[in-house]
Amino acid sequence: MKVEQISIFLENKAGRLAEVTKVLSDAGINIRALSLADTSDFGILRLIVNNTELAKKVLKENGFTVGKTQVVAVEVEDRPGGLNKILDILRTANINVEYMYAFVQQSGSNAVIIFRFDNTDEAIKTLIENGVKVIEGEKLYAM
Amino acid sequence: MIYNMEFETLPREALEAIQLRRLRQTIERVYATVPFYRQQFDKAGVKPEDIKSLDDLRRLPFTTKQDLRDNYPFGLFAVPMENVVRIHASSGTTGKPTVVGYTARDIQTWAELMARALSAAGATRGDIIHNAYGYGLFTGGLGVHYGAEKLGASVIPISGGNTKRQIMIMKDFGATVLTCTPSYALHLAEVAVEMGVDPKTLKLKVGVFGAEPWSEKMREEIEQKLCLTAIDIYGLSEIIGPGVSIECIEAKKGLHIFEDHFIPEIINPETGENLKPGEVGELVITTITKEAFPVIRYRTRDITFINPEPCVCGRTHVRMGRITGRSDDMLIIRGVNVFPSQIESVLMEIDEVEPHYQLIVDREGNLDTLTVLVEVGEHAFSDEVRKLQELERKIEKNIKEYLGVSARVKLVEPKTIARSEGKAQRVIDKRKI
Repeated sequence: MKVEQISIFLENKAGRLAEVTKVLSDAGINIRALSLADTSDFGILRLIVNNTELAKKVLKENGFTVGKTQVVAVEVEDRPGGLNKILDILRTANINVEYMYAFVQQSGSNAVIIFRFDNTDEAIKTLIENGVKVIEGEKLYAM
Repeated sequence: MIYNMEFETLPREALEAIQLRRLRQTIERVYATVPFYRQQFDKAGVKPEDIKSLDDLRRLPFTTKQDLRDNYPFGLFAVPMENVVRIHASSGTTGKPTVVGYTARDIQTWAELMARALSAAGATRGDIIHNAYGYGLFTGGLGVHYGAEKLGASVIPISGGNTKRQIMIMKDFGATVLTCTPSYALHLAEVAVEMGVDPKTLKLKVGVFGAEPWSEKMREEIEQKLCLTAIDIYGLSEIIGPGVSIECIEAKKGLHIFEDHFIPEIINPETGENLKPGEVGELVITTITKEAFPVIRYRTRDITFINPEPCVCGRTHVRMGRITGRSDDMLIIRGVNVFPSQIESVLMEIDEVEPHYQLIVDREGNLDTLTVLVEVGEHAFSDEVRKLQELERKIEKNIKEYLGVSARVKLVEPKTIARSEGKAQRVIDKRKI
């Protein structure tokens, strides 16, 4: 039920982001979702791509520090209160969200949100028990 | 004014006779009491009785900072611990400082030398001395303190930090002499202006500045901003602390080395060969009156030259030029000695990080800043900002704890630190001194 995400360490320097996208583009990799967290000194680029292993390999070959993390893709009803319902479930179960961002594509009429939890397995269990739809990796990469 | 008229103006011949007598006593004593020196002299095939002239000193091996570390903490002490009344230390590699000890007489000697130094700078018993050198294991604060008391001046043991309070006290107490690092003097001037205190309204007439390299240009700036005469002082804890040499206010050209207590030499740092007066090389010092911690031919790593010309002040002791550099990679940051290898040791102790680093030293306003760039490898990397920031804080905290200097840690991408011929450039010093 987990989704693989790669993260890349970036110094805050002009053109660094473009270098990442160039490497991925040359390798024919499609970016499915991304989020960039930054501080005054550095940033962390998080990506979901259609070929995680290849993306990791080509980025490493080009000198980037790359990490791989497991995140969870959750279907969220695309209407007021949709996201709130999910966050409520998580709060009740005392599950902490490290960060989250939106996926580009919709799943049917629902939006897709990527969550990073400190305890991924427990989070997935709780969400499913509460009737929330969690999207599998393979399905997500192909969406 | 000359504090010790007899010893500071001895004719060269008489001075050299005293030096030889004291040198031979020191050599005999260290050979008998310090196993390290006995082994060193034996290895060089020199017996104490072979030292018949001052030139024979050159037959003895050098002592290095590494030798001091190898004998940590008290291995080079030449007296039993019950005779040691004071211990000082300078920063060393992780957790291992360089340790020096003093007998009651050593403390007296040091006070005498610092009284001479303050006197050479123009201070008298009527002065109020604002001593902003750090008190503690560092020799600066207590060294100046004992000398000021010996001179009979009134000393304010303000130590470092809390600059605004320092200005208030300097103003209210009417300090006439300021002792601190040259960069801190400039910082004081700046903060005074910010507080609306015109430094010209302070009663300062002279400043005795040392513990870090500075230049004639900085002297002019300090003198103009603080309205005082700025005097250069030199010393290092391995020898005694501050008070090894001092400029006289009459000439302000070169620092008189107190030769009745120390024998200076200048060597080629590559070959170890002795250089002639005027030639620039590494300063080597032998102590000839210290009891607890005598050192023979200690390599200071400081680059200077010796000027034997007579001086207008009347002192017969030779003068050394301003320190112009180091023959090793030691940095002095806000008066604290920092070796790049120490930062490396700190990084090695943190599991996640690899020791790929670079030190950037700069001067913001008048204070030195140290930025440590650390490359982020896969081990240290996290997809969470919080974890990377925690890592930065952890490295900063460890540097502060081990080295006593505040640094800003900045994580950088791998291979961003320039490597020339496979060897990384570890230090970029942007300070314009």
